[in-house]
Amino acid sequence: MSEAVVDAPARDGLAARVPMIGVLAAVAVLAFVASLLVGPAGIGLPGGGDAARVIFWEIRLPRALLGALVGAALGLSGAVLQGYLRNPLAEPGLLGISGGAALGAVVAIHTGAAGAFAIALPAGGLIGAAVAAMAVMLLAGERSGPITLILSGVAISSLAGALTTLALNLSPNPFALVEMLFWLLGSLTDRSLVHVWLAAPLILLGGALLLTTGRALDALTLGEEAAQNLGVDLVALRNRIIAGTALSVGAATAVAGTIGFVGLVVPHLLRPLVGHEPRRLLPASALGGAALILTADVALRLFAPLSEIRLGVVTALVGAPFFLWLILKTRRELGP
Amino acid sequence: MTGAIPGAMTETLHARGVGVRLGGRRVLDKVDLSVEPGEIVAVIGANGAGKSTLLRAMAGLIAPAEGAVTLGECALADLDVRARGRAIAYLPQERTVHWPLTVRRLVGLGRLPHRARVAAPSVDDRDAVEEAMDAMDVTAIAERAVTELSGGERARVLLARALAQRPRFLVADEPTTGLDPAHGLTLFAQFVRMATQGRAVIVALHDLSLAARYCHRALLLKDGATLALGTARAVLTPRHLAQAYGVRATVTEIEGRPVVLPIEPLP
Repeated sequence: MSEAVVDAPARDGLAARVPMIGVLAAVAVLAFVASLLVGPAGIGLPGGGDAARVIFWEIRLPRALLGALVGAALGLSGAVLQGYLRNPLAEPGLLGISGGAALGAVVAIHTGAAGAFAIALPAGGLIGAAVAAMAVMLLAGERSGPITLILSGVAISSLAGALTTLALNLSPNPFALVEMLFWLLGSLTDRSLVHVWLAAPLILLGGALLLTTGRALDALTLGEEAAQNLGVDLVALRNRIIAGTALSVGAATAVAGTIGFVGLVVPHLLRPLVGHEPRRLLPASALGGAALILTADVALRLFAPLSEIRLGVVTALVGAPFFLWLILKTRRELGP
Repeated sequence: MTGAIPGAMTETLHARGVGVRLGGRRVLDKVDLSVEPGEIVAVIGANGAGKSTLLRAMAGLIAPAEGAVTLGECALADLDVRARGRAIAYLPQERTVHWPLTVRRLVGLGRLPHRARVAAPSVDDRDAVEEAMDAMDVTAIAERAVTELSGGERARVLLARALAQRPRFLVADEPTTGLDPAHGLTLFAQFVRMATQGRAVIVALHDLSLAARYCHRALLLKDGATLALGTARAVLTPRHLAQAYGVRATVTEIEGRPVVLPIEPLP
């Protein structure tokens, strides 16, 4: 106890001195620029001929833009869900929306639609996300609280997972199977500006919706009754969170596949740096998520440029040990 | 801004024939209670008598199945939620704080109903927070994380949040539970101060001596219905206490202050 007393003001003092949002924005911008400049075709593309221009506009720019958008969507949605459920272990996948998007995309590959039109793959993902969000909404009911929402999300998530496995199981040929599996692993390779145009408006709209929940999430620190007393409409808040997550995470998953752990880890790491305030955590987590995805993607290109290792695998490899560390830390805090 | 608030003297918080059902069970039945500005009203009764439910209804957090709660002429259900938050502060019995915010930030949450969506805290907001922290004696721990405080300190911080709302009505559910005697008295001294400013306090209590000493009126509930309503002295009688709590009690005076002393449970 006495240690904690000494500790608290120092931590808060640090949070006050460092303009955390500025630092995060700078890191995200650096990662974005690095993502534009680093690749197997050479670092920097100075001056550049036609080939260099094509590589920049057709490959690197879409990839960097998508990395930033997808990371921001995952980080922001994770922060909102952790605040709403008041549980530091919540993450965007919990609502079943990314599961629905994955199922939709896999079905698009399975039916051959994705082979016929490139746009069918992300479109399938978007439809899957929308269906999952509506199912969760219906299942949770009109006036339910967080617990029912989690249960509904878990149910829809398992169902989508089971159907995805079924689609893999019934795969028409080995090539389709490999394509579905690789897509599920999550990646930013071979995406075009079409993907950006498709996902960007939805992610921005969903993100804007999620950013408006900050004050309500702050009030929820005191519990649901006190939050209601402070003017929070709990039903409207819940609907805004489902819609915002469906738009942003649904679109992110539809274009990049399932990328795990970003939405869990990023808010967690940043929370102490913004004084634990849910409202201040939202923009910070969006920037942090973008920075993390872009950095992981650049690292992948630098250290394993020709391998088939997918971004989702890298984030999981970083995320799982973090999870273990979290468990050990919680055990230490709760232990004797 | 420390004096009476404009309009504070005109509006009464009325519960009229309020009935509440939870999961099919009737937990409150035809309860009437009108609270005038400037008074402190105790809501008392045994565990499960419906005190918390009545308080929630009077704060507008649950809609009664029968009857209505009105603020002046306006039904709480029709009032904008933020306007309601400016008029009525509700202090739940539950004292869980989910994130380790600093005391100052937590008390600042009480200003949310007063603040425009994107505006920074105004001078009024800052004043209200400092004044509330001062009143509850938590200024010295303003920069500590709420989750690191003792139970009593946390109770005072949470009440400071409700005071920072500068409400016309404070609805407090067993605010003295877990407070040491000195801070319990400080808290009621604060309620008295609020009453003299033209605000009103509705407080659910188990400490009947505090109710007898500080509350102008008392509502005694039994099984969701009104058993007695009147001045604290008229309600807190051995006969009522036997009926409501099943306890033999003595009501006396020590140093000129009323004391309610439960002696033994009745057979």
